[in-house]
Amino acid sequence: MKASSPIATSPIWPEAPADRPSGLTRSQHKSPGEPAAGRSVATERAGKARAPKRGQPDREPGLKRANFGRGAGLPTLLLLPQVLILLFFFFIPSLRALTQSVLLSDPFGTTVHFVWFDNFKTLFASGEYRQSLVTTAWFTVAQNVITLAIAVVLAFATDRVVRARSVYRTLILLPYAIAPAIAGILWAFLFNPVVGPLAHMLHALGISWDPNRNPNDALWLVIMAASWKHICYDYIFLVVGLLAVPVSLMEAAAVDGAGPIRRFFLIALPMLGPTIFFLAVMNFIYGFFETFAIIDAVTHGGPAGATNILVYKVFVDGFINLDLGSSAAQSVLLMTFALICTLLQFRYFDHKVNYGV
Amino acid sequence: MVERAPILDMICHAILIAGAMLVCVPLYFAFVAGSLTIAEVQKVPLPWLPGDQFLANLQTAWVKADFSRSFLNSIVVALGITAGKIVVSLLSAFAITYFRFRYRMLAFWLIFMSLMLPIEVRIVPTFEAVANAALPLQWLADLLHVADLWKWVSGHDVTIALEWNMVNTYPGLILPLIASATATFLFRQFFLTVPDELCEAARLDGASPLRFFWSILLPLSVSNIVALAIILFLFGWNQYLWPLLFTTDKDMATAVIALKNLIPRADSEPAWNIAMSGALLAMLPPTLVILLLQRWFLKGLVDSSK
Repeated sequence: MKASSPIATSPIWPEAPADRPSGLTRSQHKSPGEPAAGRSVATERAGKARAPKRGQPDREPGLKRANFGRGAGLPTLLLLPQVLILLFFFFIPSLRALTQSVLLSDPFGTTVHFVWFDNFKTLFASGEYRQSLVTTAWFTVAQNVITLAIAVVLAFATDRVVRARSVYRTLILLPYAIAPAIAGILWAFLFNPVVGPLAHMLHALGISWDPNRNPNDALWLVIMAASWKHICYDYIFLVVGLLAVPVSLMEAAAVDGAGPIRRFFLIALPMLGPTIFFLAVMNFIYGFFETFAIIDAVTHGGPAGATNILVYKVFVDGFINLDLGSSAAQSVLLMTFALICTLLQFRYFDHKVNYGV
Repeated sequence: MVERAPILDMICHAILIAGAMLVCVPLYFAFVAGSLTIAEVQKVPLPWLPGDQFLANLQTAWVKADFSRSFLNSIVVALGITAGKIVVSLLSAFAITYFRFRYRMLAFWLIFMSLMLPIEVRIVPTFEAVANAALPLQWLADLLHVADLWKWVSGHDVTIALEWNMVNTYPGLILPLIASATATFLFRQFFLTVPDELCEAARLDGASPLRFFWSILLPLSVSNIVALAIILFLFGWNQYLWPLLFTTDKDMATAVIALKNLIPRADSEPAWNIAMSGALLAMLPPTLVILLLQRWFLKGLVDSSK
């Protein structure tokens, strides 16, 4: 534990009167009941010295040791824009989604009833929603597997080559700049059953391809467009991750007779485990939420609901069918899913610290 | 490289060329289609070599999608999101790392929670919130019976009807997309790595907190700011769902939304040549950003996801 510098805790600053009690956080700083901490260096030090006995860290998490002391005026002012924006455009909307999900209102909003969990019950009873769940599952899992598999192979190859490495990297990263909607339009053209050059090749091979009529074809089309757009993201994280694998480890394994491919699978890939886990979670988030644009630009959820993924259904039910209760209930289910993903990501944070990747 | 493996290296080059082709072939076909006349683009199969109508098609697409207006909108929105998010995030990250105040952890967790829910899942209520941003104030007024209070005080009968409609405005397009905390956390992480001695020295020299922020912290953060700005610009330019809902007026459409109107639908003339020219135009600014600022882009991409 570091001893706090006298400068850091003494009240030099007119903006930061040191004698304000800090109810939320004081116990981490000094012994309870100590009045006017920070006013004298001696008491502060004494308080600090006692802290570790209670198993507490010597300072609040995420606070600089050299800070500007107490005083709530300036920090409140600094935080105000962020908090106001979050309040108006994040917290209030999220709470409204929660309340709407247990209300039933007609499209014109004239009558509103409290219906407990009826919206959720209706949702799970409806075949349409269950179909949407299945579609989303297929869509996200396929997109995830394709994206990760291609990205791993490309990252491995990039790690091996020396010449022209940055050229390859630049080209492969290009789709990051392209909006999902535009990626969707490009692929819609390539696989357009009438004029698309790739659709023509499929027809020449004797495959009847028509994403406008055949549900499976439509689903594959959006999966391909979504994967194409997202490979670059996984790729760059894997390239960076591979750079962090210690060369000494690789050399030791090479001396022991392990070839490049064996080394990749037995050393590099396990070390990239946390990164791949993180990327899988990010791919799910991408597939669940950001692919809305691809669906809307290419298939409009059709044909016959074959590409009607959950987030698209929220949009259709909320803005076109004006079924606010159901749409809000779907939003709440999606929120739950997003929460799970975020919590999974925290696991990644822990792992990342341990492995140092 | 640990050992020489020429065959494997050749395979690796082949894999990378295949990867680059995977990216470039759709773009090349878009270019070819964008350079043909409408009659040529409907011929099957599509020719491998571009035609001579590229510039003419670009011009048609530019006019048809009203890109001169929508590009301006996209630039304003993308830059607005970038600047807004960076300013707001820098300030709040400074507040939660450099000040010890009572609600610090509360503020931290409030900001932190917003990381968890992407805008797509709260799209309907967010739309309502922006269609009338004054709604929460209205509830507050109703809850506190401000109208009755006013009647009691002044004797006049009033009804309070607050409305602040942001549909089809730049703030409406920008503000909801600023409401997330990723950038705040990036800056917080960075501030935690800044040596404590700098702050101590500044304090000894009598610098105020804002002076320290402006003269020391901000110059140190420049590389982080640039890297993040690129990612945020791409994020802003490529937005789709929010501008789609939010721009009922054609004059407020962003480039990506305006492009949507060029896609041939089942019952219209299949003008794929125009659609592809438009797609190339709409992806040009972000592509240039990535190509010209590649080093910063890579840093931003890797940093902003941590």
